[in-house]
Amino acid sequence: MAEKPDVLQGTLALMVLKTLDMLGPQHGWGIARRIEQISGDILTVNQGTLYPLLLKLEHEGSIASQWGASENNRRARFYRLTAAGRKQLQAETHDWEQTAAIIARFFNVKAEDLA
Amino acid sequence: MKSLRRFLIRLANFATGQRADQRLGDEMAEHLAFQVDENLRAGMSLTEARRQAAIKLGAAEAIREQHHAEQSLPFIESLFADLRYAVRMLLRSPGFSLIVIATMALGVGATTAIYSVIDATLLHPLPYSHPSELVHIEANLPGVGARDVGISIPELRDLQNSGIFQYVSLSFFGTNDLTGSAQPMSIASKSVSPSYFAVLGVDAQLGRTFDPHDATPGFNLEVVISDGLWKRAFGADPHILGKTLRLDNDTYHVVGVMPASFRDQGQNSDERSADLWAACGFFGDPAPAPMRGTRFPFEAIARLQPGLSPQAAQGRLDALVASLKKQYPADYPSQGAWTLHLTPLAETLVGNVRRSLILLFGAVGLVLLISCVNVANLLLARASSRGREMAVRQALGAARMRLIRQLLTESLLLFVLGGITGFAVLFCAQKFLLQFVPESMPRLNDISISWGVLAFAIVVSVAAGTIFGLAPAWLTSRLDLTATLRQEGRGSNGSRRRSRLRQVLVIGELALSLVLMVAAGLLLRSFWDLFKVQPGFNPTRVVAIETSLPNPNDPKTDIYHTATQEAVLLREVLRRNRAIPGVEETAVSDRAAIPLGHSQNDRRAVPLFREGQEVQTSQPPQIDTAVVSPEYFHLLGMTLLRGRLFVDQDLETTPLVAVINQAAARMYWPNQNPVGKRGRLGGLGRQRPEWITIVGVIADARTESLAAAGIPQVYLDIYQRPAKFLAFYLRGQVDPAAISAQVRTQIQAVDAELPVFRAETLDDVLSSSLSVRRFSMEMVALFAATALLLAGLGIYGTISYLVNEQSREIAIRLALGAQRRNILRMVLRQGLGLATAGAAVGLIGALIVSHLMAGLLFGVSPYDLSTFGGVTAVLTAVAIAASYIPALRAMRLDPITTLHSE
Repeated sequence: MAEKPDVLQGTLALMVLKTLDMLGPQHGWGIARRIEQISGDILTVNQGTLYPLLLKLEHEGSIASQWGASENNRRARFYRLTAAGRKQLQAETHDWEQTAAIIARFFNVKAEDLA
Repeated sequence: MKSLRRFLIRLANFATGQRADQRLGDEMAEHLAFQVDENLRAGMSLTEARRQAAIKLGAAEAIREQHHAEQSLPFIESLFADLRYAVRMLLRSPGFSLIVIATMALGVGATTAIYSVIDATLLHPLPYSHPSELVHIEANLPGVGARDVGISIPELRDLQNSGIFQYVSLSFFGTNDLTGSAQPMSIASKSVSPSYFAVLGVDAQLGRTFDPHDATPGFNLEVVISDGLWKRAFGADPHILGKTLRLDNDTYHVVGVMPASFRDQGQNSDERSADLWAACGFFGDPAPAPMRGTRFPFEAIARLQPGLSPQAAQGRLDALVASLKKQYPADYPSQGAWTLHLTPLAETLVGNVRRSLILLFGAVGLVLLISCVNVANLLLARASSRGREMAVRQALGAARMRLIRQLLTESLLLFVLGGITGFAVLFCAQKFLLQFVPESMPRLNDISISWGVLAFAIVVSVAAGTIFGLAPAWLTSRLDLTATLRQEGRGSNGSRRRSRLRQVLVIGELALSLVLMVAAGLLLRSFWDLFKVQPGFNPTRVVAIETSLPNPNDPKTDIYHTATQEAVLLREVLRRNRAIPGVEETAVSDRAAIPLGHSQNDRRAVPLFREGQEVQTSQPPQIDTAVVSPEYFHLLGMTLLRGRLFVDQDLETTPLVAVINQAAARMYWPNQNPVGKRGRLGGLGRQRPEWITIVGVIADARTESLAAAGIPQVYLDIYQRPAKFLAFYLRGQVDPAAISAQVRTQIQAVDAELPVFRAETLDDVLSSSLSVRRFSMEMVALFAATALLLAGLGIYGTISYLVNEQSREIAIRLALGAQRRNILRMVLRQGLGLATAGAAVGLIGALIVSHLMAGLLFGVSPYDLSTFGGVTAVLTAVAIAASYIPALRAMRLDPITTLHSE
């Protein structure tokens, strides 16, 4: 059985921010599950990376968290995007798109284009 | 910004010990529950759902650890853990820790002590604002070999108008008699041109200083006094301003009091502790008319325009000199080659002690290096006993870098504790230690153990700890796991490497201490030679006591204006002094004639015009003069070589006569008999100086400096040439403590307004003239002794270690019938081998160092064979003695117990 790849280092933060932006406040498991679903279950989210990352983003002020009740009335810690986090998401999205566009251009280029 | 916020939160969490374990635990439980729910929904059984959920979550402990790492600052946390561990290790072997801390305290303490002196003198020599703008201006006549000939008033004005300087000032150091209080006092004072304080950029704490634009011709009868004098003589009177002072029978007004922190600048400690400043234009009474050729032998200092470098200023000054020469060719004859030379003021102040201080800093640096090497050696020795501990830690998964970090923390703790101990001892003992610093050291009063010095001590200990802790940590953590665990490190690869490093370290230590010992030996020899040098005069049982006659600005009010007037006083005081019980001989001279007197400032070189040679050059050579009474030569045991000495018949009314020393005869009347030759001594006199006939030649005496023989000197008769600053000499069986009061009574019985001060035996004067040399000699000798002790300990430790390592081999040899004598010899040979290698390396270093310090030596070659040989012998002897104890232990080894214990 082939190992599912872990989320690429550094991109997880962006995915977390995007998920929270899209779906509103979420708990840890919810974020992990959504990321896996959106990737079409190609990626797995390592919990050993996820929780420290959430703490880091919280320390940086991009997200905030508080205890709340989940849909099936379980006590859970909910993370939500802050204003600063939204700004960070925009900036990083822009950067990422730019990088992706450059990479895409490299892949699409053909020898005769350069002649 | 974001990362700063993150760091601060983590720091706060770390500091408050806040942990997020509970929160994470809850979150994980909830996470698991969600996953189980999902798995159940996917149709798993409950057990399977839980199992799969746990698998998906991964290692809970690892998550917790990573989470905690994010919550707090893991680096600092482990540092604290290391520190805690280091403290425990330190307490577990208190003997070892004590030795290491004491060694480092010695090294860092000594280095810091010397640094504090250097900090005050070399690094901050001028306690004024923008000290780099301050320069000293020296006028030279290289064409006739005359230096520092002084500056005339028209030249001063040219300098002031040149645009190179903000302010230029002349100053003249002397003493004044302050009368009117209970006891007449002699006050160290400076006559300064009004811009003096503007040059230094200082202001008064009370009242004002002089107005730089003040243009008084003579003294403007205003004085500024020091805080010290204000408190001493006037009880810190808040209404002092405007009060009058009687100085040399003239009346002055006090216009300002300088702040307590103000120290004057100057070449010697007397000058730097000046207590009074009087403003003078130097172109009216008592000074002669302002002629371009009338140069004052005064000190000229100036403040450069902001941003102008001394080099650039020198360039502009050279241009000015060239244009002045063109404009006034008669005043600057071409053979004199008049030049003006700028020197940063800081350099002129510390120039004479710089070399000594650098030598001391070098010596103390070597001591520090040796202490570090010694400690590194001790750390390596301990490494062998901790091999098992390191192996176990590595076996349990500790990374090598982590082990090195921990070991480094341990050694840094020891080094820093040592450094702080050294600093603390220094801080507590600073009063005591400062007594040993010679008084002639510039800025002695400003030497202090400050924050800067503490920072220096800590930086030095941390740097030393890092450098010398790294190698032992590296080697301690590098080991062959299985071998070490199996046989406790004995004979393993790492231990062999360690023992090689230890030998290298000991060789280095021995070499360094040899260098220091050679330096100390050479200085000791120089000092001894200086001490034993025949000074050419006999200082024993002679006391010199100073007084000064008032020198009022108007010569008409001077009751001691002529030699005849003064002679009455002198003869009466001499007669009374001779009557003091125990006194055998008495004499009097001016202050410049005090042999090796510290007032070098009184040594005034004056131009010497020789009869028959004046046609060639109008720029005569400069010669030192002294004014003495006829008994002076006999009292000091100076021998007459030719002609005669002064006699009672030489009076103001008879032709002027002079006695010169052999050096002057050799230099100015070579290959001829100078007796009967005539010359003129120039000076500030307004009339043409009179002819003086040389009547005698005396043997050279080292009255200027013990290290310098044969400085040309001309002596004049005090009954022909009056002098204001006098020293009375008494030879005989007198008590130096009581004599001062006795002589004061006698002098003041003749004139109650004369101050009497500074009674010193000539032996004391002679010995304090060597004070800087003695200080550096003693310090270097002390450092060398310390170095030798440390090196001895180092070689002892290393040989003991080697014997320990080889105990099995020695036991086998003994069991097989080896002679115990041979074992002893074998161990001693190892010690001797180290000593030889150390000495060889050290001798090369010593040759370089002794070459560098040649300028500090006297009478001994920097490559003095006996010093080098003697020092090498001492070092070898110490090395053998230090190896002897472990060698004896090796010899007495009991083969049976040793082999059994293995």
